[in-house]
Amino acid sequence: MQGFTESLVLGAGGLNLGDMLAQLVFFILLLVLLRIFAWGPLLNMMKEREDYVANEINTAEKSREEAQRMQREASEELKKTRQDAQSIIEDARKTAGQQERDIIESARTEAERIKVSARQEIEQERDKAVQALKDQVATMSVMIASKVIEKELSEKDQEKLINEYIDEAGKER
Amino acid sequence: MNRLNHEAPMWNDAFGIPWLDFNLSNVLMMFIASLIVFILGVAATRNMQRYPKGFQNFMEWLIDFIKGIIGSNMDWRTGRLFLPLGLTLFAYIFISNMLGVITNLSVGENHELWWKSPTADPGITLTLATLVVVLSHYYGVKLRGGKEYSKTFIKPLPFLLPFKIIEEFSNTLTLGLRLYGNIYAGEILITLLVGLATSSIFGFLGATLPMVAWMGFSTFIGFIQAFIFVMLTMVYLSHKVSEDH
Repeated sequence: MQGFTESLVLGAGGLNLGDMLAQLVFFILLLVLLRIFAWGPLLNMMKEREDYVANEINTAEKSREEAQRMQREASEELKKTRQDAQSIIEDARKTAGQQERDIIESARTEAERIKVSARQEIEQERDKAVQALKDQVATMSVMIASKVIEKELSEKDQEKLINEYIDEAGKER
Repeated sequence: MNRLNHEAPMWNDAFGIPWLDFNLSNVLMMFIASLIVFILGVAATRNMQRYPKGFQNFMEWLIDFIKGIIGSNMDWRTGRLFLPLGLTLFAYIFISNMLGVITNLSVGENHELWWKSPTADPGITLTLATLVVVLSHYYGVKLRGGKEYSKTFIKPLPFLLPFKIIEEFSNTLTLGLRLYGNIYAGEILITLLVGLATSSIFGFLGATLPMVAWMGFSTFIGFIQAFIFVMLTMVYLSHKVSEDH
């Protein structure tokens, strides 16, 4: 019973200084070796992964900002282009209207001018014709008068003669 | 000295030095436990990849687990220093505890007990506890300077000095003996159950179910004790190295 109690209290070997020293050496050796061969590389890998992930997040953030910026620029560009197109169309429409009016105006002026000049020409021709007629009538009158004067004629003859001359005049014309 | 009817394979007065006694079974089991931990550690960190899989995943979980223990006691800036210590302590103690759960093996004419948990020996657990407490003092001086370190003994009131000094020794004792007691008790019961199982056919039938249950419980205890040891290690370290204590 004595042995049983003793073994329960202190265990198989009690406090052996040799065991203690051995444990100390083993543990410190294990600590150093594991640090070199296991924990060190593993912790480095975990650190590297952390850095990698942080880096990736940063990069993603940056690209997102870049994309947003570019999108904004593109939409601004689009808006500007649309405005430009609008103003160009507006200009073209204005110019076209102007040209239309100009052409109509010039056509009308031209027509007017032609009309006026035609009328003038007609008038001139008529004046000329009237002038010519007048001249001839005068000449014929002189001839008739001279004939009447040359010959003493009966009323009958005279009439006949006048008719003759008138005919003649009509023929000559 | 025996353990029930088991003898310890002693090597007394080694090399002719009168105070140097070895329990060869302890030395052997320490070596085996250290070897297993080392092989596991190295095996887990071969072929490391940025995307961990398999064993590496488990090791990283273990690191996070120990990180959590440290993080609950001190800030990570100083706690980082103690991560390898915590990892090694945890792995070594857990593997040691498990070695005794698997089986106890005695051989030879005197039934010398060769295979057991190294942590079922008070000398070994007290050595680990002493190492931890000495380390806590070392890092207390190193990280905070001798003056600040000395002040921790007279805070918050100077008359607490004797209690503070006693506390250091009681911490060492409780830290070591808690681990030893739990593991040793587990092994005693396993030994008793094995004894019962080998006594007769009825004993074997009767002992099987309690044996399975107790081995499961011992595994749990082994894990919990390793966890507690590391947790208390970090508590003692943080008392010495943290500013706010």
